[in-house]
Amino acid sequence: MVDVTSSAPAADEAPPRKASLPHLGKARDFALAMIVPGLLLLLWYVATTQRWTRLIPTPGETAEYMVDFAFGGIYDDAFSATLHIHLLASMSRVYGGFLLAAMVALPLGLLIGRIPLARKTLDPFFQLMRPIPVTAWLPLSMILFGLGAKSAFSLVFLGAFYPILLNTIFGVKNVDPKLFEAASMLGCRGNAQFFRVVLPAALPSIFTGLRLGLGLAWFVIVVGEMTGVPQGLGAVIMDGRTLSRTELVICGMIVIGIVGYLSDRIVMMIGNHLLRWSPTHHG
Amino acid sequence: MAETDTLSAPLPIIDIRNVSKTFWLGEQKIEALSGANLQIRKGEFICLIGASGCGKSTLLRIMAGFEQPTAGEALMWGKPITEPGPSRGMVFQDYALFPWLTVRNNIAFGPKSQGRSTGEVKDICDRFIEMVGLQKFANAYPHQLSGGMRQRVAIARVLANDAELVLMDEPFGALDAMTRERLQDELLEIWERTKLTVVFVTHAIEEAIFLADRVVVMSPGPGRIDSDNRLTLPRPRDVASPEFNEIRRDLSARLHSHHAKKAA
Repeated sequence: MVDVTSSAPAADEAPPRKASLPHLGKARDFALAMIVPGLLLLLWYVATTQRWTRLIPTPGETAEYMVDFAFGGIYDDAFSATLHIHLLASMSRVYGGFLLAAMVALPLGLLIGRIPLARKTLDPFFQLMRPIPVTAWLPLSMILFGLGAKSAFSLVFLGAFYPILLNTIFGVKNVDPKLFEAASMLGCRGNAQFFRVVLPAALPSIFTGLRLGLGLAWFVIVVGEMTGVPQGLGAVIMDGRTLSRTELVICGMIVIGIVGYLSDRIVMMIGNHLLRWSPTHHG
Repeated sequence: MAETDTLSAPLPIIDIRNVSKTFWLGEQKIEALSGANLQIRKGEFICLIGASGCGKSTLLRIMAGFEQPTAGEALMWGKPITEPGPSRGMVFQDYALFPWLTVRNNIAFGPKSQGRSTGEVKDICDRFIEMVGLQKFANAYPHQLSGGMRQRVAIARVLANDAELVLMDEPFGALDAMTRERLQDELLEIWERTKLTVVFVTHAIEEAIFLADRVVVMSPGPGRIDSDNRLTLPRPRDVASPEFNEIRRDLSARLHSHHAKKAA
């Protein structure tokens, strides 16, 4: 057997190949990507060391605090070496809420996309509920679930639910009709088409939904954890503000940024592998 | 060239009896096909030719079972065609390959649907991948292939399913001239080797004369069958020969007379 990458494209319609030095290209891409963050860091450094503002700590102080937050041994206060506890608490809510949302939204989306009766019954309801922002649910979820983890969990669920649902519906409804014809003339008809045509054809769209959903889950977690939970990155940020510990606020933000980014990269890598057949799906 | 004989003969593989098809486009009624009659014998290579709107694709889709006639009957081996099925394979102009399946698995789709065993499926795939010369690309995905290669996969996919009748809807219309000629040669070779029956829709006169045993000329407004021309020119046909050109002139005149009538 010949492997796919080496046997790829045909001579007469070959897409242009990348330049011959891939490592140099990657280094250049990385350098370009670092320009804006580098400039911002510089601005932060200058602004704080030149005393343009006294409201935020210098990058150096923040970095030092980050080390203490992660490993302890510098300030040894209530927040020293507690990063992993907060991170785990947040991650369990993000992934728990996200998985629950996926478990509900995927089958619902498949139903609404494929069965007209389900669409007519459920679609108007979801269209009505959708414009309500997740943050507007906060007070109600506090009333229903009290102050605490359940409330955060339910907000993450709501945040991840709609992107997954809507993209699944879209993917399932927009399968190229020719593919159904092709399948039926090859002897695959009726319900058998669901697994052999609908699901694979909708996969790119479903994946987009999952990725957006997970992104929103990270987005919502901070709001969710402001509802009085003792642990979690959102709680750390709020506590930092209450205690006027700005470096803690910034540390919490940085951690969320990095973890959210890594989490997105992992989902994207899985997606790129599963969707390697799709010419339009490369992140 | 002679008009088709209407003498009694064994059961035709396809029998189109007085078939009409109307569509509704909002309030407007469109007569895509009006009173078409056509009999196709096993092993024949038929080209349907005509301007757009003459109903040639509609007729093909009725034979495939994708559409039902509004009036009349479409029969295969004497039985009404009610739904698409593996005995009638369709090759689409835009390939309609499954983009998530490799070349091999696209070809395997039909045999797997028939419930063939893994070993059988593998043998079938090997045979037809070889027939269309895509051994090196067996594990490539459709988007990695050129148009000509994709159409080869589409043809192999239909053959792998043991189709008796291959329906082709302007299959080479989107290809460049070189690829098109090569695929025409390959198709004829496969047809001669496998004794298939082929119904091939095209709007290119030359392509029709190069390929067909019978060229069925259709005309629009409402779509109908105009003439049925049997070609006796021996294969391989030389597109530059005087005989070829004579046929082309004749068919061209038939096609264009309808344009003139329609414009008047």
